Amino acid sequence: MKTDPSPPNVSNPVAARVSARLAERARWSPLEIAFWLAVVATVFFLPNRHLILTETAILGLFALSLDLILGYAGIISLGQAAFFGVGAYAAGLLAKYDLITEPVLALLVSGAVATVVGFITSFLVLRGSDLTRLMVTLGVALVLREIANKFAEYTGGADGLQGVTISPVLGLFRFDLYGHTAYVYALTVLFLLFLLARRIVNSPFGLSLLSLKGNPLRASAIGIAVNWRLVAIYTVSAAYAGIAGALLTQTTAFTSLDVLAFDRSADVLLVLIIGGAGYLYGGLIGAVIFKLMQDWLANITPQYWQFWIGLLLVIIVLVGRDRISNWTAPIRRLTARLDRRPVATGAIVGKRP
Amino acid sequence: MLTILFDGIAYGMLLFVLACGLAVTLGLMNFVNLAHGAFAMAGGYITVVLVNRLGVPFALGLPLAFVFTALIGLVLERTLYVHVYRKSHLDQVLFSIGLVFMSVAAVDYVMGSSQQFVQIPDALHGQFDVFGAGIGKYRLLIIAVCGALTVALQAILTKTRFGSRLRAAVDDQRVARGLGINVGIVFAVTFAFGSGLAGLGGALGAEILGLDPTFPLKYMIYFLIVVTVGGTASITGPFLASILLGIGDVLGKYYVPTLGAFVIYTIMIVVLIWRPQGLFGRVTVR
Repeated sequence: MKTDPSPPNVSNPVAARVSARLAERARWSPLEIAFWLAVVATVFFLPNRHLILTETAILGLFALSLDLILGYAGIISLGQAAFFGVGAYAAGLLAKYDLITEPVLALLVSGAVATVVGFITSFLVLRGSDLTRLMVTLGVALVLREIANKFAEYTGGADGLQGVTISPVLGLFRFDLYGHTAYVYALTVLFLLFLLARRIVNSPFGLSLLSLKGNPLRASAIGIAVNWRLVAIYTVSAAYAGIAGALLTQTTAFTSLDVLAFDRSADVLLVLIIGGAGYLYGGLIGAVIFKLMQDWLANITPQYWQFWIGLLLVIIVLVGRDRISNWTAPIRRLTARLDRRPVATGAIVGKRP
Repeated sequence: MLTILFDGIAYGMLLFVLACGLAVTLGLMNFVNLAHGAFAMAGGYITVVLVNRLGVPFALGLPLAFVFTALIGLVLERTLYVHVYRKSHLDQVLFSIGLVFMSVAAVDYVMGSSQQFVQIPDALHGQFDVFGAGIGKYRLLIIAVCGALTVALQAILTKTRFGSRLRAAVDDQRVARGLGINVGIVFAVTFAFGSGLAGLGGALGAEILGLDPTFPLKYMIYFLIVVTVGGTASITGPFLASILLGIGDVLGKYYVPTLGAFVIYTIMIVVLIWRPQGLFGRVTVR
């Protein structure tokens, strides 16, 4: 599985063309740059909103992890919270028992733990139909939640993991009450992981994922090892979810069974659907909208905001998910025109069966 | 031991009545309805309102729960569900999760979040001994009602014209349509009937399973286990799966309480990996 496009081979014009096309796909559009500049601006211009912005960044990262498997490999998962929870508990336990006190290192280790769990469970989603996958992913999350519940002496059970103290990031930046450090920390992690995800999906590996999402049988016919690619992306996605969970623990210094709950898996699915799957920004945009909406609804009806979330889901499906998630398409087309080049995604995978 | 076995069977029977509607919807329209539990909850709450607040006798409350839930099911099927059948599984999942969230919040709003109990007649309280095993009267009633329903369902499915239409539609929808069977109507009726059964199950089970607004979320996984383990090809599959699940769950809770629900989730995952089409399902060739 090579993630690097091979260096342009002059003697082979096809390889040269493919590599040029890949490079073009991977180019940054002005809108993307504007998006990240706007994100950076929030650090300076919205200092009293940093707590909720941190949550948004974490939710965005979590939705990004789901986008990798749903938007790029077409795996429906109802148990993405499993890895989120594993990461969250790993980070919490590492900090509570002073195993690894430095947050960045602990974050990486927590991510690694989730990666291992993701790798092991990835073999479960290879078989069967959508329904089987739904059930298996849901089942894995339930089993993990049950485990966390049963080992209450370590995890705190239903009361949550208390007494977690997080050391300063890199030994320099202390987590403050207003969440300034936490926000910058979460954003940095989000941005770095986003870059990595962007690199992955624009690589030949990412393209092969799209092809097997379109038609696994044909993909295997042209020599793509379907199962190994699925295992790989599922594992990567688990790592992302785990790091998102670890971030949540580190920024709130608390974790509970809630991180493994079904609602969390369902919410992140909604976030991704709002933003639109399959172009990486969907999760981030969806997270912003979801958090704003949640904040607003919780102010109006503190107890029953879930009703409106449910209603939104129903409406999204009835109106048509494509129509809703394509609301960003005109903007993307506009950027493409500004850039004077064809829409890259449409050009290469436009003729999916 | 016998008592536990008995309780397990009662529990399993109850699960079957709750879940068989789901098995049919899944088999017939390949529709993933995660909101099935919401109908069961509706049935439970309808009985609570009828029996506790309006003073309707318990024996009348159960059939009314069936009727009202079936009506709700019919209305929802005709207005909302019909639009979602042709969509992808992801859409169906999102749609039904949305319905679950709405029902949970709505019931919370109307009835409050505390657990509700149906006032069952005094005659059904207590238990009597048969060969040293304590048999709860209420559980005996559940077994009797659910057993009768199972027999009736099997008879409808195999003996009546409607049953053969339904089976034909499940087997191959396109050919069934070609033969002049109105699959849409068959499905609407089946959906309403299945919802009604879920409602009846919810009403009967309020005593055993507990009834609060999170009911659809709590038992969603149980219904799905019944359906996926039992397969959707017949009603015997889900029936056997329910009984196994009921006995397994009760036995597990008595003998290895530390493991809790862990056992059945693991069994489910193993079964799904081993036989994705279910233990009793057929391998569909299409």
